[in-house]
Amino acid sequence: MRYAYYPGCSLTRSAEPYDLSAKAIAAPLGLSLEEVDDWNCCGATEYISINKNAAYALVGRNLALAAQQGVSKDLVAPCSACYLNLRKVDHYMGVYPEIRERTNAALAAGNLHYEPGAMQVRHLLDVVVEDVGFENLKERVVRPLDGLRVAPYYGCLIVRPQWNGGRGASPEQSGGGGVDPEYPTHLDRLLRTLGAEVVDFPLKTHCCGGHMTQISADTAYELIRRLLHNASEYEADLIVTACPMCQLNLDAYQSQVNRHFGTSFHLPVLYFTQMIGLAMGIAPAELGIGREVTPAREVLGRIGAAAPTAPEAAPRRKRDDKALPMPRRREEA
Amino acid sequence: MHGPSSDADFLAEVIATTPGAETLITCLQCGTCGGSCPSGPDMDHTPRHLFAMINAGLRDEVLRSNTPWYCVACYYCMARCPKDIPITDLMYSLKRMAVREKLYDDRDAPDWSTSFIGMVDSYGRSFEFGLATRYHLTHSPLKKVGVGPMALEMFSKDRMALRPHRIKGMNQLRAILDTAKAQEAV
Repeated sequence: MRYAYYPGCSLTRSAEPYDLSAKAIAAPLGLSLEEVDDWNCCGATEYISINKNAAYALVGRNLALAAQQGVSKDLVAPCSACYLNLRKVDHYMGVYPEIRERTNAALAAGNLHYEPGAMQVRHLLDVVVEDVGFENLKERVVRPLDGLRVAPYYGCLIVRPQWNGGRGASPEQSGGGGVDPEYPTHLDRLLRTLGAEVVDFPLKTHCCGGHMTQISADTAYELIRRLLHNASEYEADLIVTACPMCQLNLDAYQSQVNRHFGTSFHLPVLYFTQMIGLAMGIAPAELGIGREVTPAREVLGRIGAAAPTAPEAAPRRKRDDKALPMPRRREEA
Repeated sequence: MHGPSSDADFLAEVIATTPGAETLITCLQCGTCGGSCPSGPDMDHTPRHLFAMINAGLRDEVLRSNTPWYCVACYYCMARCPKDIPITDLMYSLKRMAVREKLYDDRDAPDWSTSFIGMVDSYGRSFEFGLATRYHLTHSPLKKVGVGPMALEMFSKDRMALRPHRIKGMNQLRAILDTAKAQEAV
């Protein structure tokens, strides 16, 4: 099946392993992800905090380009924030005539137009679960993730909010794949299909802190700590996520959080696409594994899928004892 | 600055700028929003409290509140609100109104948003390295020293680009954004 693919800014670098692993599993699973040509940023949570109409128009350009390029009606975003913004603008243009008119008036300045509903915005996790399906996925597993205890971390934006009907909406109406906004289970089931042992993870849809690491670090660190603590309490070996922001906050800030609270968490955080790739027998390096800040090497060694070691550093110049004392890097323990 | 405004003006203004916010007048003051909020303890007013203040027309107090700036946009409150109030969108509206009227005490959050937008307006994409350096060097850089090793890790794992990517259709995007921003000024 063909899909218009909107990677989003994170996947071009800080979450490149997500992009690599999504592309590595796509072809074997029968998914053709075709990137929207010349897409722009979705605005994250920042644009709408300053300019509302421009924030809608910014997203509108992506929707219009995707519709114009005509690859598919399905527009797939692997990033939860991009997914939310694309879905939100499509939905708001559909239900609020004023937003539809204003956004299209702005798009007209760039010779573009978007008819709400022209694209169906979907998250990559939803595509794997709904279009590939658990049965198909199971047939592809050649290296089951036996013995790995994983905490399925959904984050916020793939399960909330549920537009098109609000609370109690039917699966078709919810727009969130019909999943429970507080206690979804589709990622659990996906990971079990791969052979992993899925731990209960009560905070599975709690916030990772989002952009608060930048503007109020103490607030973010506490939210990150809660998640790491909860996953540890349930003796998870690693956390599996479907969002670049969640991955960044839990992975890259983990040592900051440890320093801040005097804790000693060591929980690698990988993308669900990397887990699928591993189970399909794809080489870890092709899945971007090894680029996480909190290394997954030791944990993955258990399933015979250790990440490649970093290239050996060039031998350091021998220290001349007679030279003047100079500051030295502390020896690694 | 704005002139004296009646209670109804402020409530109506907040509702008018927020899609689907007509439900705000039906707020039950049940407190489910504040109870669901992950950063609630850092807020000087819970969302529930803030909505009562909007209803009471306390314009300056509401726009000076740190509450919207601590909203992490997790949509927990929205998923649980029994009256379907679009709470996250209301927080965005209050941020925009506070920025427009320069009614905020701590400029870190508004500056972060503005810096982010600057990158998007220049390149069409976010540029993490440029954004982080520009913002952190001008906002208490001494407090950020601890983040240094993390940034180095990101470089060493090839997860931080040193140069931005500029989209091809930058002129097109600018024309679109300029038109949209002009609508807002009306």
